[in-house]
Amino acid sequence: MPPAGDLGRLEVDVKHKSFAAASGGKLHVLQGLVLSLGGGEVGALVGPSGCGKTTLLRIIAGLDRDYEGSIGLPDHGRLGVVFQEPRLLPWRTLEQNVRLAAPEASDATLIALFRALGLEAHRHLFPGELSLGLARRAALARAFAIEPDLLLLDEPFVSLDDALAARLRDELAELVTRRPVTTLLVTHNVDEAIGLANRLFFLSDSPTRVVAEVPIARPRERRTPEELAALRAEIARKLGQT
Amino acid sequence: MAVRIVSFALLIAAWSVGSQLAGQRMLPDPQAVALMMFEEARSGALAFNLGATLARVAVAFVLAMVVGSIIGLVMGRYRIADRFGDPWLVVLLNLPALVIIVLAYVWAGLTETAAIAAVALNKLPIAAVTVREGARALDRGLDDMAQVFRMSAWTRMRHVVLPQLAPYLAAAARSGLSLVWKIVLIVELLGRPNGVGFEIGVAFQLFDVTKILTYALAFTAVMLVIETFVVQPLERHASRWRPRTA
Repeated sequence: MPPAGDLGRLEVDVKHKSFAAASGGKLHVLQGLVLSLGGGEVGALVGPSGCGKTTLLRIIAGLDRDYEGSIGLPDHGRLGVVFQEPRLLPWRTLEQNVRLAAPEASDATLIALFRALGLEAHRHLFPGELSLGLARRAALARAFAIEPDLLLLDEPFVSLDDALAARLRDELAELVTRRPVTTLLVTHNVDEAIGLANRLFFLSDSPTRVVAEVPIARPRERRTPEELAALRAEIARKLGQT
Repeated sequence: MAVRIVSFALLIAAWSVGSQLAGQRMLPDPQAVALMMFEEARSGALAFNLGATLARVAVAFVLAMVVGSIIGLVMGRYRIADRFGDPWLVVLLNLPALVIIVLAYVWAGLTETAAIAAVALNKLPIAAVTVREGARALDRGLDDMAQVFRMSAWTRMRHVVLPQLAPYLAAAARSGLSLVWKIVLIVELLGRPNGVGFEIGVAFQLFDVTKILTYALAFTAVMLVIETFVVQPLERHASRWRPRTA
């Protein structure tokens, strides 16, 4: 357990969240969803698609306030968010996009970030001229540039090919190792979650809650296939218990 | 470019022929109009009247665009403002320009304020309706992004909202400019002692077609220059991020 008075701690307690359905009734999306992350920990939310992961992230990000429950953000609560789509301003260059979100970031910080993500040569391009992989990197750079207290990532590597996704995952892992920040990652890919997170949260179908929590002792390490198989087996056992 | 020059030369030629057929009194030939333009320019009357009209166009246009765009933006973003403002817009849109001008002069006297207000009021609802469409189409994803990164109101306006509205603002500005200067002429005809509209009014009473054409063409030329050297470069600048189409 992290120490008490942990400044980077994230506490999520969503008692209930529903949407008005088009047919008139109510769609219950989240129900009694409780989770917490210690400062600097990386949590991964793993669950079937359509189970309300994005809704949960929107609630944590303060974009959706229509719910019952409470969210305790890390101190200062500066948020870095990587959305499912890159959401860059098409009429501003890559560098301007990052600077607009992080006006206080120093040149040195930005140069280091662009170098780490291989964006140096593309700084002056407009988003329409970037490939999806580069646009995703730009979105990552933007989220890191503000030096966030909480980083939220919504399927940041979806619809990239496997090799590219793996490379971006490594780059992300390196960024998080270099500057520890409480991070919550949404994914439906268990390997991606194992590769990045200290703590996995498995979610049920909607109305969604956490059905199992799996801490990972040595995150972001190269593992042998046997170790990976053992981890998967442990996850399967935990999921089986619920 | 060559096609344009040929097209323009054909227009002048057709005018000359028309003038031969209809007679100098009904349609003076291009030389007569050019001569009159030269005379008016030398006496200073042309510059004075063009200046007066252009000043009215500028003030009324800016006023209508700024107020109209703000109203359009608010109506596009807030449903309650839309519901409240819509009947007003419908009334203004369907009120003939002449009615607004006459009422403005009746209520505020034959003053510069009344003239400019009347022109602006004619243009304003069109700008509001156009910008409202743009505001309705604003990208929510970018709104969310701006909110989570805590962008200032100024940054959001300047870098998130206005670039999305740019095509709508350009459309409103372009149609607005041509509308405004036509209405300014009517306003001048009805109640101003100078300007292109006033001169055309006098020429009409004297049946002086040469003078009518002189002022009309001179002012059209001025607007063409503004379109070419102000409006189009601005549009190019605003759309520089779009991939070029062949």
